[in-house]
Amino acid sequence: MRQRDTLSRRAFLASLGAVGAASALRPLRAAVVPAVSAAHPGPILTRAIPSSGEKLPLVGLGSWITFNVGDDVPARNSCAEVMGAFFAEGGRLIDSSPMYGSSQEVIGYGLGTLGHPSQLFAADKVWTSSAKAGPGQIEESLRHWGIPRFDLLEVHNLTNWEDHLPMLFAMKRAGRLRYVGVTTSEGRRHDEMERVMRGQPVDFVQVTYNVLDREVEQRILPLALERRIGVICNRPLRRGELIGRVARAPLPAWAAEIDCANWAQVLLKFIVSHPAVIAAIPATSRVDHVRQNVGASYGRMPDEAMRRRIVAHVEKL
Amino acid sequence: MSEWWTYRLSSFLLFSPRTYHRLFELYNRAIFPAQALALGLGLWILFSLWRGSERRRAIPAVLAASWLFVAVAFLALRYASINFAAVYFAWAFGFEAALLLVVGVVCGGLAFDRPNGAAARVGVAMFAFAFFVEPLAGPLLGRGWRQTELFGVAPDPTAVATLGLLLVAGGPGRGVLMVIPVLWCLTTGVFLAAMDAPDAWVAPAGAALAAGLAVRQAWTRRRM
Repeated sequence: MRQRDTLSRRAFLASLGAVGAASALRPLRAAVVPAVSAAHPGPILTRAIPSSGEKLPLVGLGSWITFNVGDDVPARNSCAEVMGAFFAEGGRLIDSSPMYGSSQEVIGYGLGTLGHPSQLFAADKVWTSSAKAGPGQIEESLRHWGIPRFDLLEVHNLTNWEDHLPMLFAMKRAGRLRYVGVTTSEGRRHDEMERVMRGQPVDFVQVTYNVLDREVEQRILPLALERRIGVICNRPLRRGELIGRVARAPLPAWAAEIDCANWAQVLLKFIVSHPAVIAAIPATSRVDHVRQNVGASYGRMPDEAMRRRIVAHVEKL
Repeated sequence: MSEWWTYRLSSFLLFSPRTYHRLFELYNRAIFPAQALALGLGLWILFSLWRGSERRRAIPAVLAASWLFVAVAFLALRYASINFAAVYFAWAFGFEAALLLVVGVVCGGLAFDRPNGAAARVGVAMFAFAFFVEPLAGPLLGRGWRQTELFGVAPDPTAVATLGLLLVAGGPGRGVLMVIPVLWCLTTGVFLAAMDAPDAWVAPAGAALAAGLAVRQAWTRRRM
């Protein structure tokens, strides 16, 4: 899983071919092959992971709820199409957890269908209160994904991080893992997360951050910059609630100043324009939405004044 | 769970409403034509109630078979693929099937005479509602006929129908048999409410009605 700034032509064509193959599995539905993203202004924007310098595109792909489709083959194929479009648009980071039902298996199905795109940055979590169960759970997660190792493993919701972090650091030292982190969501346990950030050599933290949930701006994001820890942002669109809130309002004219063609890109650019943020990970089950989302990795980013303008505008809606 | 007050119903929802309802579509396709048998058995129960034949052991046997079928075919083999908790739900449904077998079939502890009294008449109405009306809820709400939930094969109408029949039934074991159906109705109501389903209130309302009437009946008998 090599480092890269932009999607290479070879990888892009491989991704297109694989998605074409995935679509062929669905003869009753129109094939959905990601189009070349000619509309994107300039190359995909990336940010360097502080602990390594490796660059990641600013928008990843979450799998909470949207990829938990069980054994439903047409739904699994739809998820594979979403993943294919994500890779074709230049995305790399896919995030999941053992907590997300069948999402890991569905990701594995998608990766298999797409021929295991080399640009994948695989992020998963450990989610068990038992220290002994951690390694077994990671092995099971790897089997579900169908990959030999994860790029990033995080302790989900800080569950028994005291036991899991040493195990993850040992995996990293042994070369079986590249990055280690901890997660929380919806503003919970920030005090504890701060203690971990100050006391443990984690590469990443994952927190909830969006235009309305900005508590992490007070302590977590500044601390991440200070401690050189990358931040991944979950619930960037509040599970679609933010889109629902802004959908009826017209896209402001100033959105063009930051190369946004839709509300999703405005909301995501607010997040990824914070200097501590490595990536936001919106989840979706729709190809058109994943294209819109990854589109936030392109073009001009809002400056501080524009960020304040976005907040003020959305708070009024 | 720390900071439990910060969690909302939706925090516990692992799947989308679309995935949940599509589960029934795939399930109905997989178990066909079991639905025909379930419909036939439901009609037979209604006919038995109308005729006033006692069916002391046969009706509990049908209910036990329904609960066991739902436990294995739906909860354990289907629902568990998108919801970890479904494994525990399956055990609860299996336990209810065992209780129905022991109390209703082995011990003959339930009697289904011609329904007398307000509670029994409400019980028949609840069974008829679960049998005829609940399956229409999905299609009426735009979910399509293939996602229909039927008595005997889907958990919600099976639980509501069972509560209705237990209201009809006399016998000492009735209260014990009502516990799991009532808990299921509340649980499914919570999940459906988290999915913003307009029919989320149906099963909890049925449970509240059945439990209230059963308590009232027991209270009245004690005072007599």
